[in-house]
Amino acid sequence: MAITRIIGGKIYDPTNGINGIVRDIWMENGKIIAPPVDPDSVIEKVIDATGRIIMAGGVDMHCHIAGPKVNLARKMRPEDKRNARHILKTPLTRSGTVGSVPSTFATGYLYAGMGYTTAFDAAVPPLGARHAHEEFQDTPILDKGFFLLMGNNHYALQQIAAKEPEKLKHFASWLLDSAKGYAIKLVNPGGVEVWKSGGANIHEIDEDIGHFNCTPRQIIQGLTQTAMDIGLPHPVHIHCNNLGLPGNWHTTMATMDALEGRNAHLTHIQFHSYGGEPDDQSKFCSKTIELANFVNSHPEITVDVGQVLFGETTSLTGDGPLGYYLHKVTGRKWTNADTEMEAGCGIVPITYKEKSFVHALQWAIGLEWYLLVKDPWQISMSTDHPNGGSFLAYPEIIQLLMDRNYRNEILQRIHPRVLERTSLKDIPREYTLEEIAIITRAGPARTLGLINKGHLGIGADADVTIYNESPNILAMFELPFFVIKSGKVVVDKGEIRLQVPGNTLYVSPSYDHGFVPGIRKWFESFYTIQFENYAVEDKYLSGDGTLVPCVKK
Amino acid sequence: MQNELKVVSNATCTYCGCVCDDIELTVENNHITKAKNACVLGKAWFLNHSAGEGPVARIRGKEATVEEAVEEAARILLEAKFPIVYGLSDTTCEAQRVAVAIADWVGASIDTTTSVCHGPSGMAFQGVGEITCSLGEVKNRADLVIFWGSNPAESHPRHWGRYSTMPKGLFIPNGRKDRTVVLVDVRRTKSAPAADIFLQIKPRKDFEVLWILRALVKGIPIAESDLADTGVSLEQLLPLVEKMKSCKFGVLFFGMGLSMTRGKHLNVEAALALARDLNEFTRFYANPMRGHGNVTGADNVVSWQTGYPFGVNLGRGYPRFNPGEFTTTDTLARKEADAAMIIASDPMGNFSQAAREHLATIPFIALDTKETSTTRAATVAFTTATYGINVPGTVYRMDDVPIPLRPAFESPFPSDEKILRALEKKILQMQKQKLEASN
Repeated sequence: MAITRIIGGKIYDPTNGINGIVRDIWMENGKIIAPPVDPDSVIEKVIDATGRIIMAGGVDMHCHIAGPKVNLARKMRPEDKRNARHILKTPLTRSGTVGSVPSTFATGYLYAGMGYTTAFDAAVPPLGARHAHEEFQDTPILDKGFFLLMGNNHYALQQIAAKEPEKLKHFASWLLDSAKGYAIKLVNPGGVEVWKSGGANIHEIDEDIGHFNCTPRQIIQGLTQTAMDIGLPHPVHIHCNNLGLPGNWHTTMATMDALEGRNAHLTHIQFHSYGGEPDDQSKFCSKTIELANFVNSHPEITVDVGQVLFGETTSLTGDGPLGYYLHKVTGRKWTNADTEMEAGCGIVPITYKEKSFVHALQWAIGLEWYLLVKDPWQISMSTDHPNGGSFLAYPEIIQLLMDRNYRNEILQRIHPRVLERTSLKDIPREYTLEEIAIITRAGPARTLGLINKGHLGIGADADVTIYNESPNILAMFELPFFVIKSGKVVVDKGEIRLQVPGNTLYVSPSYDHGFVPGIRKWFESFYTIQFENYAVEDKYLSGDGTLVPCVKK
Repeated sequence: MQNELKVVSNATCTYCGCVCDDIELTVENNHITKAKNACVLGKAWFLNHSAGEGPVARIRGKEATVEEAVEEAARILLEAKFPIVYGLSDTTCEAQRVAVAIADWVGASIDTTTSVCHGPSGMAFQGVGEITCSLGEVKNRADLVIFWGSNPAESHPRHWGRYSTMPKGLFIPNGRKDRTVVLVDVRRTKSAPAADIFLQIKPRKDFEVLWILRALVKGIPIAESDLADTGVSLEQLLPLVEKMKSCKFGVLFFGMGLSMTRGKHLNVEAALALARDLNEFTRFYANPMRGHGNVTGADNVVSWQTGYPFGVNLGRGYPRFNPGEFTTTDTLARKEADAAMIIASDPMGNFSQAAREHLATIPFIALDTKETSTTRAATVAFTTATYGINVPGTVYRMDDVPIPLRPAFESPFPSDEKILRALEKKILQMQKQKLEASN
């Protein structure tokens, strides 16, 4: 078989304890292999990476790149693309638009061009799963999967209220299997259902969700336990209640407390770390220190940041009432799309401004999170694309983390009150390349339970990014020298050389079929499509599809 | 002849945007003899279906092999300076995806029948956003249902029964009894008797009435004289406004009576803004009543591949969007397009005279399941199999819910997707040859 050898590169592979050592990498059949001992091995290709830096392909664990709400955002915002860069067609690749919500082919090319080879869409309603899968088939190069919205699912709420953990577990398994999803996602647990039933929201985790007779706390605990009981590779993925509201850090703390030692991932934590009072913007401040201290003493909890970057973007979320809130705050156009029995959705354009106190504070709080969480394995890089900013801002974030002077330069330029309301100016920490490798690939892969990704050990997927070592951090991470996907060079100095489809990553947990008639009865009473037409067939998988096993720990 | 009997359950009807997926088809000898659960339109769709006749491919009216026709089609599209690809609303998403790819490779305009039905709704959406929901939300929650410029009794017969007015739902235990149904139209249609309230407005006064409703919802005083010439009075509107504000879940379904009459996208903007404004008081939604079986899929596919929903030009090597500039009726009527590919649509039968006249003068390719005025005039015509009846795949219901197709029997003709894939392959091959020759 054809073997590829990368010689002379300096390797950063934190999973395997390799930190800047020059070593060769061997690849065959899409996997990293040990140096061949057989003298007759045919080396098909040698890539000279002398003077360059090698990491595994990047892994984005939380972004919005496919499915119903992403496509609604594309449809709603032609103006977002008019003056943005565009992707030209080549003899090999398709054209596309960029802006804050790139078209599908563009998404694949842009991620790959930046050295990322895996990405997860964070919020897909099961009824829209087939749509997300179709878009994945048109999102080349990346391996990809999605998290399935369950925190406002009626059947789940009923089982939680009825204290039926077994039914909940089998339902969640059935749902993940039907949708070919990857993990359980909670978005404003209970709050979206309250919004759908009359336009209010939930603000305390012990508040009752009207007609369902349960609380966010019970949803969080129930589904967190369920994810662990099923043995999902990724624990429950939580978007807390009260996103974006001053004073919401109490809710975030209460949510982490409610986990009671269970494994969980709290997402776009930046948006949930605010002190102050909902009705008084002047008291708005950072509570990152308090929350990060909690994370630092709870290794079972992981977070991603949801970094805000200055500029124009689109807020798109499964948190329906948040969309309405942003519409009221910004006065801009607003899309809301609710899905029967399952979920909500809100979309609003947003412009983050340096001179806005609130926006500048959000920017600083995101950076505080990266710098205050001591163990980088507990924190993953994200912008909650496109909510805090585009995934294309990752190189910029890396520069902010690795270069304190650059960070302070911007801090001096933005709204002055941020200096007093956050601790950012007092944090001297600068990230090392090893730490960058952790928060951009090794860590998210581990948090996602992807044992073959995020590292370069033997048996790992041969997804490799080769960077030009440079004091210009931005340039280094914006334009990798080579990007290799499944052992094949897909990007050569920013140009796509090979368009592979990339695989859909999904789980298929087993469940007791004895529970299905009950689910079916509920389904047939309330849904508007046939039960038999709900489950997504194998033909919707991108590439060969990669089934990731569930293993109960 | 052997008597083969087959029953296909949970089949999907693609006749209209309702995309009912609960049809039970009885198939005897490659003929559908029963279509249980289908409405009158759906029954006609299934029971009258017969595989197309004539050759699978024709070039200038003469029978040809698929290979010859594909090669000729590729040549036409590659030689054109301003090719256009149009139609798409009556085929699978799988075929639509390849059609957009071809438009990309040859630098064509890609446009769908959306541009002549709810294109203005798409533009209104871009202006103000939209507050929308899947149809099951209506079934389970809606206690106020308004149809505006839509005649579901004749255009979407099962909409009421399955989704909007009749069904019992989670919070609507008594179905129709728990709902108020309102119809607004310029004439008393067959839908009127089923409504609790019917408001007959004067033609071309939709915008005015909607805008006044917005004002009334916001508590802005309106004089009776402001309603002059609209056909309705304050006495009629004020109780309606009260209902809209006090309902638990209201929805406004709007049809082409809104999107294709005077005011077009401004009418729909008014409707979308009205629904949005009402969220100050309650939950309120606005949903388009889409016509063709997979026109919503076409919007979705064109959007995810290009970033824009319809009227997209790829001539500069990247997508540009401009309704009026890149929409098909316009590029034809202005005599800009110099070649075309029409998929599952009949512009020769329903476009303006200027557009038809120009289309007749340029080389073009047509794919359809049956002979139409478009296929008859086409330079290259393919007869293809019918989606949903012969071809599997995906379609999107009017509320963006994707639904799989369960075909009843195989057609002797290839699917649109198969022809389009062969054409894409041929185009890429010819482009590669040309590139190599020039190097």
